[in-house]
Amino acid sequence: MSGRTITEKIIAAHSAEGAAVAGGIVTLRPDVVLLNDVSGPLAFEQFDAMGATRPFDPARIVLVADHFAPAPDITAAGAIAMTRDFARRHGIAHFYEPGRGGIEHTLLAELGMVGHGGIVFGADSHTCTAGAFNALGIGFGSTDLAGALALGQLWMRVPESIRVELTGTPGPYVTGKDVILELIRRISSDGAADASLEFGGPGLDALPMDARMAIANMAVEAGADTCVFEGDAQSGADMARRGVPAAPAVTADAGATYRQRIAIDLGALSPLVAKPPSPAAGVPVEALRGQKVDQVYVGNCSNGTMTDLRQVAELLRGRQVAPGVRMVVVPATQKIWRQALAEGLLDVFAEAGAAVSPPTCGACFGGHMGILAAGETAIATTNRNYRGRMGHPESQVFLANAWVATAAAIAGEIVPPGEVAAMPGGAA
Amino acid sequence: MSRQPVTRIEGLAAPFDVSNVDTDQIIPARFLRRPRDTQYGTYLFHDLRFDEAGQERPDFILNRPPFRQAAILVAARAFGVGSSREAAVYALQAYGIRAVVAETFGDIFFGNALKNGLLPVRLPLSTVNALRDAVAASPPARLAIDLEREELVAPDGAKHAFAVPAFARECLLQGQDEIGLTLSFLPQIEQFEARRHTPTV
Repeated sequence: MSGRTITEKIIAAHSAEGAAVAGGIVTLRPDVVLLNDVSGPLAFEQFDAMGATRPFDPARIVLVADHFAPAPDITAAGAIAMTRDFARRHGIAHFYEPGRGGIEHTLLAELGMVGHGGIVFGADSHTCTAGAFNALGIGFGSTDLAGALALGQLWMRVPESIRVELTGTPGPYVTGKDVILELIRRISSDGAADASLEFGGPGLDALPMDARMAIANMAVEAGADTCVFEGDAQSGADMARRGVPAAPAVTADAGATYRQRIAIDLGALSPLVAKPPSPAAGVPVEALRGQKVDQVYVGNCSNGTMTDLRQVAELLRGRQVAPGVRMVVVPATQKIWRQALAEGLLDVFAEAGAAVSPPTCGACFGGHMGILAAGETAIATTNRNYRGRMGHPESQVFLANAWVATAAAIAGEIVPPGEVAAMPGGAA
Repeated sequence: MSRQPVTRIEGLAAPFDVSNVDTDQIIPARFLRRPRDTQYGTYLFHDLRFDEAGQERPDFILNRPPFRQAAILVAARAFGVGSSREAAVYALQAYGIRAVVAETFGDIFFGNALKNGLLPVRLPLSTVNALRDAVAASPPARLAIDLEREELVAPDGAKHAFAVPAFARECLLQGQDEIGLTLSFLPQIEQFEARRHTPTV
């Protein structure tokens, strides 16, 4: 028998059949089922329509009000109320609202509910963020997840895998965001369709967990079903820190079969910016020098971590957001928000003229808390820059890492972050 | 749960010459906070179909007769990518779209479509392009999609084979979801279970 990929091994370990080969269909039992205030209510309706009366295991279900939360209007409040009610009716303790929670994918990791070899089913396309933890996060629609809520299992086709070999050490201002923008630029928006992206190689040493989350988060922007990182000492230590029971990292066999192999030298990367309307339209930041911005948005499930907020603060300290530019900073979870407060970062942001939002998916998906008007341009650390994604169909969004976004906030236009860092005004 | 079986879809086709159609385009996020309602058809491609005053944009394909009555969209590559929102499928169906033809689909959209009886038809890009040109050149053009035979019949009578995952196809043909189809085998399941639990000597 030829070797197996990480994806095949994790799926096999969670399958009723006990085996999994790419292309085959298995009955898959996730460790955790995750829903939010948009996908949840539709799933709850389907759950009832299926004749289900109770969920498979309330302790393994996580419900998060994050998209339209805090509720911007009565309809959204109704959707959150439905989610709250479902949690109450079925004794689901893991229900999170503003003040206790945050953005679902970041929160799930923080709660210690994902670690080596785990599987998360989420009714959200960015469930693949769990890949950072040597786990599989798989996104589904609401009807599928209604079935998973009821039965704790779903049929699924085992994806083929694409191996992404990372080497080298990233240079200044190069982050996880640039790694994934580079990958999507190379293989395009459907390059990983029907596949799992498997990230590994010696370059992992230079990628902290937050950077891995930023990479895993956008696997779906390459069309991937899911993704997974190799586990290592960093991911093991991270599990211990979050209270996840220790488990060995799942590794690929030497003879594993991959659909494709891609090599990325982290040392050869420079900060990238994805031009609207596609996450695959990445270009070096220099190519967009002088592009004016009206709004700068730092946050979301890919880049709203402490790593990102510290980068923002490093550039903003002693400097000001340019006149005429709005900057919105959205810590991804309540815990991150408090940590940023404790480190004095929120004050740095406020002092510089940036607005700090409570944790929420907010404007990333055009929900609320920073919607764009016609003709406006934003640069954001988010994951999608589709037409009208953040507001008016005639607005546009550039995607970049937190260094690049903050540099644009200070300059009022896109510039290489190193140039802003070299400008006078920064606190030593 | 049972629903209308999907066996043969025959109807007016609209050329939709856009690649990378994300589900944000199919239904903008601001409509997602609403429960599923009768208005979903008007949310379909909302910001492409209507201007700020709510007036139809005359150049948008579904605003042009006869495509307004389209039951089948002939798109391009990567239809339904991005957000997992199942509402994208609801909006297409509420408008009257019963099948979408494209080279590739977003994986989650593909699953959502099959779950709800919207037929995603995968064909090679050259075929998709030729079909789109054909339905654009001589409207109103009709396509016939036979799910039983997994065959699409072009306006010129040419037949193109496509494939749908076998189990999903069975569910669509019988008008059942997975649970319903499984329950239809209940007598056999019970027989099997009884046999399985009978101790053998």
